[in-house]
Amino acid sequence: MIKFIIRGILRDKSKSIIPIAVISVGVMVTVMMSGFLEGVFSDVINQNAKLDTGHVKIMTKPYAENKEQLPNDLALLGINELIDSLNLNYPDLIWTPRIKFGGIMDVPDASGNTKLQGPGIGLAISILSEESGELQRLQLNKSLKKGRLPKRSGEIILSDNYATKLNISPGEKITFFGSTMEGSMVFQSYEMTGTVEFGSPLMDKGTFIIDIRDAQNMLDMENGTGELLGYFKDDKYDDQKALVIAENFNAKFQESKDEYAPVMFTLKDQNGLRESLDMGDAFSGIFIFIFILAMSLVLWNTGLIGGLRRYNEFGIRLALGESKNNVFKLLLIEASVIGLIGSIIGTSLGLVFCYYLQEVGIDISKDVANSTIIMPSVMRAYVTSDLFYIGFIPGLFSMLFGTALAGRGIYKRETARLFKELEV
Amino acid sequence: MKKEPIIHVKNVSKSYPIAGKEFMALKQIDLSLNEGEFAGIVGPSGSGKTTLLNIIGSLDKPTQGDAFVLNKDIKALSHNEAASLRNYHIGFIFQVFNLLPVYTVFENVEFALLLQNNSAKERREAVMRALNWVGLTDHADKRPDKLSGGESQRVAIARAMVKAPKIVLADEPTANLDSENAHEILKTMKKLNQELGTTFLFSTHDEKVMGYLDRIIHLRDGKIEKDEKNKL
Ligand SMILES: Nc1ncnc2c1ncn2[C@@H]1O[C@H](COP(=O)(O)OP(=O)(O)OP(=O)(O)O)[C@@H](O)[C@H]1O
Ligand SMILES: [Mg+2]
Repeated sequence: MIKFIIRGILRDKSKSIIPIAVISVGVMVTVMMSGFLEGVFSDVINQNAKLDTGHVKIMTKPYAENKEQLPNDLALLGINELIDSLNLNYPDLIWTPRIKFGGIMDVPDASGNTKLQGPGIGLAISILSEESGELQRLQLNKSLKKGRLPKRSGEIILSDNYATKLNISPGEKITFFGSTMEGSMVFQSYEMTGTVEFGSPLMDKGTFIIDIRDAQNMLDMENGTGELLGYFKDDKYDDQKALVIAENFNAKFQESKDEYAPVMFTLKDQNGLRESLDMGDAFSGIFIFIFILAMSLVLWNTGLIGGLRRYNEFGIRLALGESKNNVFKLLLIEASVIGLIGSIIGTSLGLVFCYYLQEVGIDISKDVANSTIIMPSVMRAYVTSDLFYIGFIPGLFSMLFGTALAGRGIYKRETARLFKELEV
Repeated sequence: MKKEPIIHVKNVSKSYPIAGKEFMALKQIDLSLNEGEFAGIVGPSGSGKTTLLNIIGSLDKPTQGDAFVLNKDIKALSHNEAASLRNYHIGFIFQVFNLLPVYTVFENVEFALLLQNNSAKERREAVMRALNWVGLTDHADKRPDKLSGGESQRVAIARAMVKAPKIVLADEPTANLDSENAHEILKTMKKLNQELGTTFLFSTHDEKVMGYLDRIIHLRDGKIEKDEKNKL
């Protein structure tokens, strides 16, 4: 009997095509939106993690409170010992220091006079040490636009925009003017070896990178750093784990009288990410919910109209001795089949679209050129395993739900009435 | 000993609420049919023919009185019991042919058997036998829209007959047919009545139908006016 009914729907295109189209579109949009949001969110997380926040970050309390000002006078000291103990206590993480500092870059002409100068933000990382993993993490090889990466002390790379602004090319000299941790004036000359593009408008504006040791020397921060970043060795941010580690670490220093005691923050607890990501999650949840609701309503309606057109058929089937329960049951099975087909089509289309957006992406660098938060300049979707069911299940159920509502009409009507309608 | 009637309607009334008032479609009907009869309810439009057939066919319940079909009290049947009674024992033929358009002739007839737990082979045999009765074995694989009106109604007869029911209820089966096809249909049904002993109850106001009936029950305004043997 079921086979029989399914054969019927497959033959009657008009009965199946509208609901299948509605479900396909609904499921497709759901999958697309989810994949897209998923992609954007995880890009935001990844980019923040690698460029700024780490998976967890340790700073001194006062540094953390004023971190926008890059207050290196409040830096963490004795970091080698700290890293040793961290490695012991949290073997899942790898630790790497970074110093951010402000200053002015000065490009001299042949006679040593200033040709061009402009303010910039320095980022000192363990670029010369293999095991720090910073090269891969920041994908500096990939983001290299001109020249090469620093290979030895005294070399520097600039963000491509910044280099253009300063009109400097690889091989040329550039001088940094700034102040040490203690506040005394310092200037230091570097050889510019190349330019990079971070893919984050904020970072691309005016950033230069030197090795952490050069920075420590120059800024009088021997064995010190502004920020100590921890990354999970598997490179995946796990909020749960990060929270536990941070809590555990911070508990040790809770009672500390040292006003420069270290404090650890998780990725999401920096840059207001937790709020915005949670909000994004909530929005996509609400979005999907509303979509399912709307889809159910549309399907309920098509179900009703389809149901009315089929009163004739139901009447015949009742007369042939089928029970109302059976008619209803088969109606639901039909709905499942249609829901299944629509969901498969919709999910496939949605995945194709997400795959396209994953490979190609939407370039928003123009729109976010003045962004003050770290966010990707190309929005991408990600094809994740979630996408296989996030639209599929609602697609199937909204069809079932809509049909069930419409099909109640079979019960409400008297048998003979169901029949009367087919006499006209 | 006198044989129990296959259909026994006792003092049945049926009313419908219309615009707040009760409208009596059937008024205290008494009617008995014995197995193998070929009878018809004749009356003008609105006289209650369909209503009476629906009650006998367990598609509807009387407001008052009792209807027994195959010794089953229609009023007391649950919905599922009524469905089962129709499934095994009652065949319906309607004025409009009511074939399911997406299915072939074969499948339309087979549909009636799907609710019974027969094997595919048994079903196939039964369907071909029924199509043979109405002379449509050649059209088994056609869709209903490729059939003439007469052929469609013959499929409907095959569908009603395929499960070898005790009773066939035919509500104005010739109303949409030309005279030649109407005669064809009636001959077919009369033949099945004689060969298989199936009880037929028609509703009609078609003169041609009356010519074939053994017994004519005249209905007017929900009342039986006259119940007579037909002198053929
Ligand atoms: N479900 C219903 N609700 C209200 N009135 C009904 C209903 N079914 C039938 N009637 C009324 O009952 C009366 C008898 O109807 P019925 O269909 O039995 O007549 P009929 O003899 O079959 O007529 P026709 O020859 O037109 O088919 C009619 O007046 C009809 O309007
Ligand atoms: Mg009628």
